[in-house]
Amino acid sequence: MRERLPVLIFALVMAAIPHLPDMPPFWIVLLDNIGLSALVAMGLVLLTGVGGLTSFGQAAFVGFGAYTTAVLTTAYGLSPWLTLPASLLVSGIAAVLLGLVTVRLSGHYLPLGTIAWGLGLFYLFSKLEFLGRNDGISRIPPLAIGSLKMLDPGTIYYAIWAAVLIAALLTMNLLDSRTGRAIRALRRGHIAAEAFGVQTPRSKLLVFIHAAVLAGLSGWLYAHFQRAVNPTPFGAQAGIEYLFIAVVGGAGYVWGGVLGAAIVVVLKEVLQSYLPLLLHGEGQLEIIVFGILLVALLQLAPSGVWPLLASLLPFKPNAKRPDPSLKLHGLARTGSEGGVLLQVDKARKQFGGVIAVNDVSFDVQAREIVALIGPNGAGKSTTFNLITGVLTATSGAISVNGKKLRNPPPQEVVKLGIARTFQHVKLVPDMTVLENVAIGAHLRGSAGALSSMFRLDRVDEAKLLAEAARQIARVGLAEQMDQPAGSLSLGQQRIVEIARALCADPVLLLLDEPAAGLRHMEKQRLAGLLRQLRDGGMSVLLVEHDMGFVMDLADRIVVLDFGTKIAEGTPAAIKTNPEVIKAYLGAAA
Amino acid sequence: MLFLVQDGITNGAIYALLGLALVLVFAVTRVILIPQGEFVTYGALTYASLCAGQMPGTAKLAFAMGIAAFAFDLFAGRRALRLRAVARALTVNVILPGIVLALTSFLVDRHPPVVVNVALALVIVALIGVFLYRLAFQPLAHTSVLVLLIASVGCHLAMQGLGLLFFGAEGQRGPALADTAATLGPLRFTGQSIAVYALTIAFIIALWLFFGLSVYGKALRATAVNRLGARLVGIRTSLSGQIAFLLASVIGALSGILIVPITTLYYDTGFLIGLKGFIAAIIGGLVSYPLTAMAALLIGIIEAFSSFYASNFKEVIVFTLLIPVLLARSLAAPAVEEEKD
Repeated sequence: MRERLPVLIFALVMAAIPHLPDMPPFWIVLLDNIGLSALVAMGLVLLTGVGGLTSFGQAAFVGFGAYTTAVLTTAYGLSPWLTLPASLLVSGIAAVLLGLVTVRLSGHYLPLGTIAWGLGLFYLFSKLEFLGRNDGISRIPPLAIGSLKMLDPGTIYYAIWAAVLIAALLTMNLLDSRTGRAIRALRRGHIAAEAFGVQTPRSKLLVFIHAAVLAGLSGWLYAHFQRAVNPTPFGAQAGIEYLFIAVVGGAGYVWGGVLGAAIVVVLKEVLQSYLPLLLHGEGQLEIIVFGILLVALLQLAPSGVWPLLASLLPFKPNAKRPDPSLKLHGLARTGSEGGVLLQVDKARKQFGGVIAVNDVSFDVQAREIVALIGPNGAGKSTTFNLITGVLTATSGAISVNGKKLRNPPPQEVVKLGIARTFQHVKLVPDMTVLENVAIGAHLRGSAGALSSMFRLDRVDEAKLLAEAARQIARVGLAEQMDQPAGSLSLGQQRIVEIARALCADPVLLLLDEPAAGLRHMEKQRLAGLLRQLRDGGMSVLLVEHDMGFVMDLADRIVVLDFGTKIAEGTPAAIKTNPEVIKAYLGAAA
Repeated sequence: MLFLVQDGITNGAIYALLGLALVLVFAVTRVILIPQGEFVTYGALTYASLCAGQMPGTAKLAFAMGIAAFAFDLFAGRRALRLRAVARALTVNVILPGIVLALTSFLVDRHPPVVVNVALALVIVALIGVFLYRLAFQPLAHTSVLVLLIASVGCHLAMQGLGLLFFGAEGQRGPALADTAATLGPLRFTGQSIAVYALTIAFIIALWLFFGLSVYGKALRATAVNRLGARLVGIRTSLSGQIAFLLASVIGALSGILIVPITTLYYDTGFLIGLKGFIAAIIGGLVSYPLTAMAALLIGIIEAFSSFYASNFKEVIVFTLLIPVLLARSLAAPAVEEEKD
């Protein structure tokens, strides 16, 4: 519980604020509004800052939450406590429906799509008869516990901030888990995460729902705080403002959402109430100053104010120390021991008129290191992508353990025991080495989002981290375990990728230029590690340009040139093969 | 029926110009230029004010922004201040807008010809565009698209508020650029609509020549493809950004001047016009100029028809049509890895 100490202190401070002597009620109302915005912004942090999905439409989900409780309490006389689950459910279901369509949008289409349905829903709220059209719904009953009715801003304050704190804790728990790592990997592209079994569309939908439910909770509280709802606060303007809040506070941090809400709400309030006094109410002066201050704030703190503030606070995240005695079960696999592990039969890949891989056939036996070499553009990485399901072959067959693969997605390939590294390193730079490597073990854990939020995943989680730590130690990076992956040298990052691949408990390791950027000693240590893995029963297929490294290490070499296999054999045979010499050095003189 | 198409094409041509500007700015600076709409209103209302013999507040704004930009330049170069650099910054940032301000206040009561007013309005908005990049976006050039977008919204808010301050809540109209009219069968072409077509086509050709042939155009394209690479071969990417904003503001102001004789413009009209240009740009994938131009024409025509048959739902129809297009484009796009930040 030590790591949650700052949250506890914060909770105590917030609980004490209304009891301060001479606390103006005006500030309590302001704090209520901050809490309501913070809830929505927290969801946006997860969605936009962490998951990389920009949404302008969050205000519409606040609307779903608010209107659900408004209708149920006024028209059907239900107790507000009964409508809470209904509000959350309605926002969640709306998120599923909208999310199924929207999260498939890529790049800039996504934010635009959210603007489009944000506008559409706002229009819907203001046109539907049973939602009271533009007038909305009034006379919503207050929240009540027994005889205590939360009528004034000072009492509902506790409900709002309790919700904020609980939401923050659950969100932080979620991020610090197996599911959370999959979410945090989304922003940096999906290929690496998918190669280790993460179902990225599902992860995206999950954060989308999480953000919508938090927005729905804010809407439910809003309805019982204002005791009336109308369409205005759920329009596009509000949607943009929530995004402001998240970015100003720090879109990558849960507490950034809370801080951003405080900054923006207070700033707007101060500008609106004091500027007209100072300058005799000319035009929309506050909006001018607000715009300029927003830009200035971004220039001073481009990644938000929270990271600046957090570096001043005395709390430092304590490094994780996984318990090495915990063992993670290997994945159950079907298939034979020994013999041909991977069979590539006349694989072909055409990009338009270019034949990147031209009917290439080769195999990898159990306990064997095979090197795939060839000049630049020979089709080595494309072959890798065909095997791992990133690309689909134009024709030809690839079988693992004698079983033919029918263009499976990458998530299925890794289940067969094939794990890979990437030519261009694909790690999440702001996650620690340990967390990055643990993504490799994604399929070996089972805890889901809900159990992570409520910390029911700790046994599963400890085993995953222990396995990740073991693999990091195995590749010799134990010292760097708690550093952000982005701070390592490129050579070390390649080694981290190998540790991540090992975490998937593979039978076949595909390494794309693992030795690039390594120093001589590091290369020798890597060669030693690969030999040791082979002797332990693993097979390795590697693409590499360093001939000294390959000739020393590989049992067999396959040479590609312009997409076609030109030679195959032992290192000694390849060295003297005239075709190979010709491909590398040009025609013999 | 035909006159609706004609009307749509006139509007579509304007959207096409704005869409092109948005694509240009995004490609070079990664900024989604929401204040594009303000360039339109500033251009239109500055022109209208000048024609009405009123001093436009935008001239003063350009001067004030110039002084701030000079301060930014001095601060950024404080470790190595050289006389030549300071003199250059002073000329561009202070003396130039100062001359424009003086010229504007000198000419404003003297009812100069329309062409002079057009030129003044264009120069004033162009200066605002360049200084806007220097002040708001150049210090943020290294940040993510999201941060740039939020900064862009901030600029939009500030500029729209300033627009209200300068031009008031009343709408304005400006005099037409040409008073002639021609009839062709059932259609009547006013001089203004011919000016719209001619200038749009001229601008598209000029942009095409600029990017294809001039060194600056090529530098801009290089910056768009690879910032770091462009810097390594000696292209000042900050200059590329300023040129992109210069072009965008001129295009925006010109669009405004072209439509202000046809429709009444208010201080906040620009946003919606810019948004439609933005939709065209999105349909063009923020990369393709010809697709953007075609999408813009289509939007203009759809809008003309829907405002004729169901005017209340005009905006809703235009925005709703966007979703299927987005879906289609998104599904058609190859699953490329996006390296953000």
